[in-house]
Amino acid sequence: MEVSSDYAVQMHGITKVFGSFKALDAVDLNVRKQTVHAILGENGAGKSTLMNVLYGLYSADEGEVYLNGERVSISGPTDAIAHGIGMVHQHFMLVENFTVTENIVLGNEVTKAGGVLDPKRAREKVLEIVEEYGFDVDPDAKIEDISVGMQQRVEILKALYRGADTLILDEPTAVLTPQEIEKLIQIMHDLVSKGKTIIVITHKLKEIMSSADECTIIRRGKYMSTVDVSKTSETELATLMVGRNVNLHVEKKPATPGEVVLSIKDLHVKDERGIEQVNGFNLDIRAGEIVGLAGIDGNGQKELADAINALVKPESGTITVKGEEIQGTTPKTVIDHAVATIPSDRHRWGLVLPFTVAENMVLERHNEETFGKGIALDLAKIKEFSQKLIDEFDIRPAECADHQAAGLSGGNQQKVIIAREVSSNPDVLIAIQPTRGLDVGAIEFVHKALIRERDRGAAILLISFELDEIMDVADKMAIIYAGKNVGEFDQGTITEEQAGLLMAGGDAE
Amino acid sequence: MSTLTKIMRKPITSAIVAIFVGLLVASIILVVAGYDPISSFEALIGGMVGKPKYISNVIIKATPLLFTGIAVAFAFRVGLFNIGAEGQYIVGTILAVIVGYSLDLPPVLQIPVVVLVGTAGGAGIGAIIGWLKAQFGINEVITSIMFNWISLYLCNFVVSLPQFHQPNSTSSYSINESGYTTLFYGMKNSEDGAEAIRNIPVIGDAIMRTDVNIGIFVAIIAAIFIGWLLMRTKVGYEMRAVGFNRDAAQFTGINVKKNITLCMAISGALCGLAGALTITGIAPHSIATLAAFENNGFNGLSVAFIANCNPVACIPASFLFAGLLYGGQTVQQTVGAPSEIINIVIGTIVFFMALGGVIPMLADRLDHKRAQKAKKEEAKLAAQVSDASDPSQEEANNAH
Amino acid sequence: MLTNLILLVSVTLMYSTPLIFGALGGVVSERSGVVNIGIEGMMGVGAFAGVAGSYLTGNPWIGFLCAGIAGGLIALLHAMASITFNADQTVSGVAINLLAPGIALFACRLLFDGAAMSPAVNKLPKLFGEGAFNDTPYSSLNVDITVVLALLTALLVWFVLYRTKWGLRIRSVGEHPHASETLGISVRKTRYLCVIVSGVLAGFGGASVTLAIISQFTQTAISGQGFIALAAVIFGKWKPLNTYAACLLFGFTQALAILLGGGATPIPSQIIAMLPYFITIITLVLFVGKSVAPKADGVPYIKGSRA
Repeated sequence: MEVSSDYAVQMHGITKVFGSFKALDAVDLNVRKQTVHAILGENGAGKSTLMNVLYGLYSADEGEVYLNGERVSISGPTDAIAHGIGMVHQHFMLVENFTVTENIVLGNEVTKAGGVLDPKRAREKVLEIVEEYGFDVDPDAKIEDISVGMQQRVEILKALYRGADTLILDEPTAVLTPQEIEKLIQIMHDLVSKGKTIIVITHKLKEIMSSADECTIIRRGKYMSTVDVSKTSETELATLMVGRNVNLHVEKKPATPGEVVLSIKDLHVKDERGIEQVNGFNLDIRAGEIVGLAGIDGNGQKELADAINALVKPESGTITVKGEEIQGTTPKTVIDHAVATIPSDRHRWGLVLPFTVAENMVLERHNEETFGKGIALDLAKIKEFSQKLIDEFDIRPAECADHQAAGLSGGNQQKVIIAREVSSNPDVLIAIQPTRGLDVGAIEFVHKALIRERDRGAAILLISFELDEIMDVADKMAIIYAGKNVGEFDQGTITEEQAGLLMAGGDAE
Repeated sequence: MSTLTKIMRKPITSAIVAIFVGLLVASIILVVAGYDPISSFEALIGGMVGKPKYISNVIIKATPLLFTGIAVAFAFRVGLFNIGAEGQYIVGTILAVIVGYSLDLPPVLQIPVVVLVGTAGGAGIGAIIGWLKAQFGINEVITSIMFNWISLYLCNFVVSLPQFHQPNSTSSYSINESGYTTLFYGMKNSEDGAEAIRNIPVIGDAIMRTDVNIGIFVAIIAAIFIGWLLMRTKVGYEMRAVGFNRDAAQFTGINVKKNITLCMAISGALCGLAGALTITGIAPHSIATLAAFENNGFNGLSVAFIANCNPVACIPASFLFAGLLYGGQTVQQTVGAPSEIINIVIGTIVFFMALGGVIPMLADRLDHKRAQKAKKEEAKLAAQVSDASDPSQEEANNAH
Repeated sequence: MLTNLILLVSVTLMYSTPLIFGALGGVVSERSGVVNIGIEGMMGVGAFAGVAGSYLTGNPWIGFLCAGIAGGLIALLHAMASITFNADQTVSGVAINLLAPGIALFACRLLFDGAAMSPAVNKLPKLFGEGAFNDTPYSSLNVDITVVLALLTALLVWFVLYRTKWGLRIRSVGEHPHASETLGISVRKTRYLCVIVSGVLAGFGGASVTLAIISQFTQTAISGQGFIALAAVIFGKWKPLNTYAACLLFGFTQALAILLGGGATPIPSQIIAMLPYFITIITLVLFVGKSVAPKADGVPYIKGSRA
């Protein structure tokens, strides 16, 4: 490898071991100055680990780092910041009850004598950068009150405030709409034209094609290659990333919808703060069809799902399952109406992590007589039942029934939830971001499971922030904007751009 | 995984190490303070198990601690910190005295009524604390602390009432004898019976001179029952789910509010039961004005944590705790070292139980080191082999 | 009437002062993300160390300082357990509450020939000097100097937490330690510092019992104030000035109980003594509701783990 000051960042032979797991194995990376450089890999391939090494959050076991041709040692974020590296993490590192300004200056505060904060000057300094880069951010707003897109810009501002020349963006588009993604790509190009270098971690091929100059591919902790984006194709990148030819499209038979099973009429739901998030929402879902609900995060999806699951009581309107109203009841009642849910956050809602896999398999069903007479639990029966599901759904390791659920990989945890939810042959299946954070193999599995349930005759509501997923999997797309259903389209009758406009409150025309 | 690291991962190992460190720290302090640790420990052990009478007293002292220990352990497993065991215990004693003094039914009725009312009192306080948490989200720690004080003053209030106050004393009247759960009570108070007891070899004296009562048997049954309830029943399953992950429990149809309230009620019931059985089983069978807490509930916290919140493990933990407390008095009498050294021992044990994760962590590190060493040797061996044969082989080996 | 009112104020201040120090300690520790159930024990050690210092040097101020140091040292144990070893902070706090009074009494018996209480020692001065306003209705307004120190400490803690960069950092560590770490703020150092400061303050709280309210160490000098302080922290929603007010409320209800309990009213004194605790619960139900702790309170920070 040739060390040169033409490169903003060069990493050579980086190896990082966690316990007995080699997360990175002699990985190289060369990022030219003033370019957008993508790092592509599946979930768990080691992209974030590599960037955490560059940012000093992890120390590498082997390997060297060069910045602008100089060998450096980065032993913590402070070093990284001092060397002009800024990082925007996938899970935003923002203190929710602090203001935008407080978050930006934290650790590098504007002070008067004696460490006393100077909020006025801090605000001015933040405004200066906001104006220089033309960001749309209110410096006095609290983080918990602003949109995800704005939070991301705050993260970028944090790095710029610290004088970053090289910006690392970790999966920056995961939470954005097509329009917001476009805006972000514009921001990235602006930054490059102002002399910055940008490294983007992603597993989305389309965005690499439209934003990056070069792309380094990592597979299972190993360096694959670096390609010039203008001379490659999506298919080539996908093959490099996964290591086999992948089918990017979901195979399925046309749907044969039956009766309406789940019907939502004029639903109004308020959030914890009393703001009406679902605002007269209507939707019917029939047996044997998948309806994909597309929309930007924060347009009422969470409140809608919570209302269906009876976690919150709607202000007005009805939710009926096979003609029976279930709104405002209890989660137990909803489950008893054969409604199953794959929740958005499997750690928070889906699993009791310290429980064994077997114990997790019978959540919702532990009260059935099959699993014990009276109040006693029949542990042997539970294990037998779980083992059947573990085998059927290929959950690994196969002898995990007695293992803590916390010890499984994300994909296998999701399989546990899906196995549990579909094992009761539900009439309605609500899947909320069911593929979040999963790798390609696991995503394929989830999609197939949804289609299998559809073919069995379940009515399926797929809520996702990934428009691609809905375009591929759903038989019908509904779009939610500001708590309203603003349009329904059969698969193939709407383009991504039209959908994006509707999601952003515009007109599809 | 070697045998050593397997042993290191067992929870009991952490407990034994903690006890050992507790005694070690105490020895060091004793030496520094100018006392002989060996004779101190001799005195301690002598005071615990030197005579059947001592053993009997240790068991009697352990009884309420076992109850409050399982109460705290049970709640902790459901994600609730019942620092209010003290107050729930006091309420148990108060109600037992009120009912036991006011009623005089035949023993077959009197005993269950007195004990159940005391238990219900503790359960009631627990349920209120749980309900306030479930319904209004009010931190159970704060309400527990408040109820401890309310219970203490309630006790003093009841003692002060003319109908309960025993004149010229700081205590209430004793409950009626029909409510006593002291074993051999009738025999002890008749000439012939007392003689017969004294003639029992070895333990006769202990039975005669201590308040041997049914409490410990009830407590052990309760510990086993709570262990079973927690691990082998649908009730316990739901509660553990709530304790580990309230959101997931709610999402999967478990009634979180009901479980929190029920859990605190059961925890409080155990404390109330402890209080009631203390009144029925131990002289003077009455309550007295409290200037400060007697720590039957607070010590339950320590018992629970020494037992790593396993209800059945609370049995040995409560014996250990009671033994140390009771034997500790002897240390001061015979060696002159302040008996507070026992609090230091117990505090150190609990402290090292808090560090419980350290020993399994060390085991992980040991295993990891061994694995690495084995790998290195393997690589070396492979290198030697490949040196002799084919250099390209080495690359293949390293790549694995 | 006026005399009674003034008396009520002064007794309120007297009783709330130890609580204020203890509770402010709790605020500092918990704002950095470490639950501190051990305030009670730290106050106990401070109560003894204060007396011992005053006894040995004759200077109560040195005693007060000793109390802070002793509280800080005990807090160091809690910090090690909670921060370095990721121990369960509740269990560690309970251990501190067993250990610390044991140490205090053990040391007391060593120092004072086996007695569980100390002789009387030199007290901290009154605010306006000994004997000021005697024979006037205002004499009880000549409160202990610790009353003023407690107020100043509350203001200082507020100022540091909300007006300085260190406060911003402490609060960020208690809310989102991963964010702090990515900005180069050491979560460990911040938490260590805060837990130790919390012990120092709790130690002062203990000494403000034994060097001001009474002038000796006894076994029951600290019996439950630490727990009330803990309740005040939650009641005050982890904010220094609200917590100060919560402590005043506890002190006030206690003073009320004492002044009303002297047989002047038909209500039994024990019932009056219960009032503060009932009032607290009712206030919580009616006005405060859910108190939201700092997000990372009680959660060990493990580097590299996801938020």
